[in-house]
Amino acid sequence: MAELFQFELVSPERQLLSEQVAEVVVPSTEGEFGVLKDHSPFMATIKPGILKVLNEGGRWDEYFVRGGFADVASGGLTVLAEQAVLVKDISSEELDQQIKDAEEDVSDAKDDETKQRAEMTLSQLRDVAEALKAA
Amino acid sequence: MPSLKDLRNRIASVKATQKITKAMQMVAAAKLRRAQEAAEAARPYAERMGAVLANLAVAFEGRDDAPKLMSGTGNDQVHLLVVATAERGLCGGFNSNIAKLARVKARSLIADGKTVKIICVGKKGFDALKRELGQHVIKTIDLRSVKNVGFSDADEIGRELLSMFDNGEFDVCTLFYSTFKSVMTQDPTAQQLIPASFEASEGDDSNGAHSVYEYEPDETEILADLLPRNISVQVFRALLENAASEQGARMSAMDSATRNAGEMIDKLTINYNRQRQAQITTELIEIISGAEAL
Repeated sequence: MAELFQFELVSPERQLLSEQVAEVVVPSTEGEFGVLKDHSPFMATIKPGILKVLNEGGRWDEYFVRGGFADVASGGLTVLAEQAVLVKDISSEELDQQIKDAEEDVSDAKDDETKQRAEMTLSQLRDVAEALKAA
Repeated sequence: MPSLKDLRNRIASVKATQKITKAMQMVAAAKLRRAQEAAEAARPYAERMGAVLANLAVAFEGRDDAPKLMSGTGNDQVHLLVVATAERGLCGGFNSNIAKLARVKARSLIADGKTVKIICVGKKGFDALKRELGQHVIKTIDLRSVKNVGFSDADEIGRELLSMFDNGEFDVCTLFYSTFKSVMTQDPTAQQLIPASFEASEGDDSNGAHSVYEYEPDETEILADLLPRNISVQVFRALLENAASEQGARMSAMDSATRNAGEMIDKLTINYNRQRQAQITTELIEIISGAEAL
């Protein structure tokens, strides 16, 4: 059993999780990264995706997270996400709605940079939707 | 002198009012608990966000490439005041306190020759400001249909502010709302949103950790990502604080209204009884003197 560390998952509306966990896999914009105890201080923005938590009992919990950042400090890992839901609680309609919003963002984008960003979000959301449908 | 019947009606109507205020007080108390819980649940996020941003801000101090949201546009000619109030009245001085704070600020800005633009979130703030500053109000945002303020509502406002900022429609943005201290006290607060101001990060360990922090992507990009987010978070926090404050203010206002109504009922009842006795005495005197005259 791996050593445990403190993990907090916070959304603007409430604190979803604050407990000792063994491992967390975070979907960051530059690729997924795993965090174990005594990870060096590190900060990354997250992309829409699935965040996996290995808790004390050796069970993987999956959360859908969107927009925010992960902060690894000496005290543990904190993930601040604009939206965070347990994967089994998320409905495909909700995801579809978000994809639709993202599509609108793409078509509404005024300059290249925002358009690029919106397109990136859109493709990330589509990936998630596909991954969820496959599961 | 009001007649007995008038007094009776009066007492009945005050009693009806008392019932209403009592019910409102109890509703406010129930809502307050929920609003308070929501405000407290949102605190960790805002606090973490503040701490992280403060940490990042240190790295950018004095640098030229700092994002505009942090360093400002370089001048402070156009001020945007976002006045967040309630959608309903009957909550004591809650709305007028916020409006007053905003009005004082707007006046001093106008006196300094600055341009003032106002966005009202909540109908009551607009009502309070429209007489004097009506021509400065560029937009009102109605949250009446929203029962419990969610992050998406705040996010919408935040995005709106950002797009206005990007279009160069204002230089400085200040948010007015009421901080929830306790049920009895709510502090009207003015908070500068743009350019963002951060309190120095608390504690040494966050500062010490800063030097060895790794960023992915680099600081500039993280900051560029976080600052817009922070706007929405701050708006969200303000709305939640406001919701709790509003219910708190309404609760204490309705509590004193209920008490006043009780006092009024007591006074009117004494008055009523006195008059009734006086009337009986008069009638008795009439009967007795009539009997004696025979």
